[in-house]
Amino acid sequence: MNEKFKFEKSQKITFILLIVVGLLSLTAGILIYKDHPEKIWSNILLNNYYFLAIALCGIFFVAVHKIADSGWQASLIRIPESFASYIPIAAILMFLIYFGMHDIYHWTHTESLDHILQGKTAYLNMPFFFIRMFIYFALWILVSYGLRRLSIKSDFENDNKHFNKSRTYAALFVVLFAITSSTMSWDWLLSIDAHWYSTMFGWYIFSGALVTSIAAITLIILYLRKKGYMQYITESHLHDLGKYLFGFSIMWAYLWFVQFLFIWYANIQEETVYFVQRLEHFPILFYANVIINLVLPFFVLMSRGSKMKTSILATIAAIILIGHWIDLYLVIMPGSVGNSASVGFLEIGLSIGYAGLFLYVIFNSLTKASLVPVNHPFLEESLHYET
Amino acid sequence: MKRTNNYITAYFEDDDDLKVGIKSLLEKKVTIHDVLTPFAVHGLDHLLNFKRSRIPKVGFISGMVGGVSTLLFQTWVFTKAWPLNIGGKPFFALPSFIPVTFELSVLIAAFGMIAAYFISSNIGPGSKNVIYDERVTDDRFLIIIDLEKDNSINDKEKIKEILKEIGAKGITIKE
Repeated sequence: MNEKFKFEKSQKITFILLIVVGLLSLTAGILIYKDHPEKIWSNILLNNYYFLAIALCGIFFVAVHKIADSGWQASLIRIPESFASYIPIAAILMFLIYFGMHDIYHWTHTESLDHILQGKTAYLNMPFFFIRMFIYFALWILVSYGLRRLSIKSDFENDNKHFNKSRTYAALFVVLFAITSSTMSWDWLLSIDAHWYSTMFGWYIFSGALVTSIAAITLIILYLRKKGYMQYITESHLHDLGKYLFGFSIMWAYLWFVQFLFIWYANIQEETVYFVQRLEHFPILFYANVIINLVLPFFVLMSRGSKMKTSILATIAAIILIGHWIDLYLVIMPGSVGNSASVGFLEIGLSIGYAGLFLYVIFNSLTKASLVPVNHPFLEESLHYET
Repeated sequence: MKRTNNYITAYFEDDDDLKVGIKSLLEKKVTIHDVLTPFAVHGLDHLLNFKRSRIPKVGFISGMVGGVSTLLFQTWVFTKAWPLNIGGKPFFALPSFIPVTFELSVLIAAFGMIAAYFISSNIGPGSKNVIYDERVTDDRFLIIIDLEKDNSINDKEKIKEILKEIGAKGITIKE
């Protein structure tokens, strides 16, 4: 049952080419947008956050299933587990934001803060911002690597003690992520529009990240299956992943709409300004966001057959990945770049580069261990799983 | 499943025995009318070649009907029948209609599915119940073979023999 993934040379070259595309468009962006450094930094922040969120929600996926004693996912759990290896790289990339703080976050201009932002300086100040960032990454890396290490260890010792120990880690991660998923979205995304606030924001960003991550897991599994690996992943497993995509898309839409409804209903100027700007200057993306992330998955993934069909599931997962990129774009860009923000070569090229980096890291870490957790106590259940 | 008045029942005491029994019955070309079990037996629907339920389609259609009619009703009420100025919002305030529309789509989809389920499986208020075996909700796995129709072997003695062969218990003929 031991199945080793081999990172082929052609795949390596493809991913490195993607990274080169990203670097080229970044260089071109730096040359062209010399007077608009905020454009470059916002793009870096967007992709940092997008791929970090995929990695973190992958670990969240592992942790939640572990403490819930769920069996069906045992045979595919190595894929989200491998996302842990991206978090340290995301940390390095995130700390690069230090050089672009003034371009993205206007609360860092401490000399010209108005009354409202002065009241927020206890939380929104540079030292504390980076201390928090350091704490998040330290804890995430500690726990996610612990989960992965224990899982790989159990391949060599047929003993449930590693599994039982990893449940403690999983419980720790869920509690940790409950807090940090909110605070990280406040720190990195909400504070771009420092005057604006929304109590739904942490949930809204988290639910979007969770869908994105499940779409990424699904796509990687489908790709590996096509390559001849993981043939034990049956239609039933795909059915469940499809159900997740369907369900969490609706959860995302629910939270997105609740945030909108509250602000629309209360009609308070400080709050509505956020949506007014997005509706006036980004109407196409604004409505496309809802259509791609709710209407499409809702109608396409509704029937049982389409969740089980590889081609449909792969297409919709890819569309969801793009859709939530647009969602994040609408959160970040109007605030930091302003109304002139547009999707051009820099946005697309840099995201391609990040995708290449992410996939390179994930595939590289997949080679480190068997694709099947051979001594996982629920493995047998997962192999015979039927929906 | 339609009721029948002319049938043979036999039971097993174990779900694995039941599955083996059904397999050998099907091999001998005996058509099984229905199987009643105390709990859901995995793989039984595949074994009996049941068609997929059409309940989800009913759910989709009734959900859509519910959603659209709720939306239209609210639009009619707030723009034509009784326009109210609520917080200075326009009369056709779509965002505020969405929660009600969502809830009622879910509710009407659920009602539609329950009604369809009651009708198609002939249960619920007003339907006549036939009790094939009283212990079917307890510990018996019952096989029902219809003698009136869709049976290639129309000889009850022969079916009885086959049932005995595969180890079924409590073979009863009802005419």
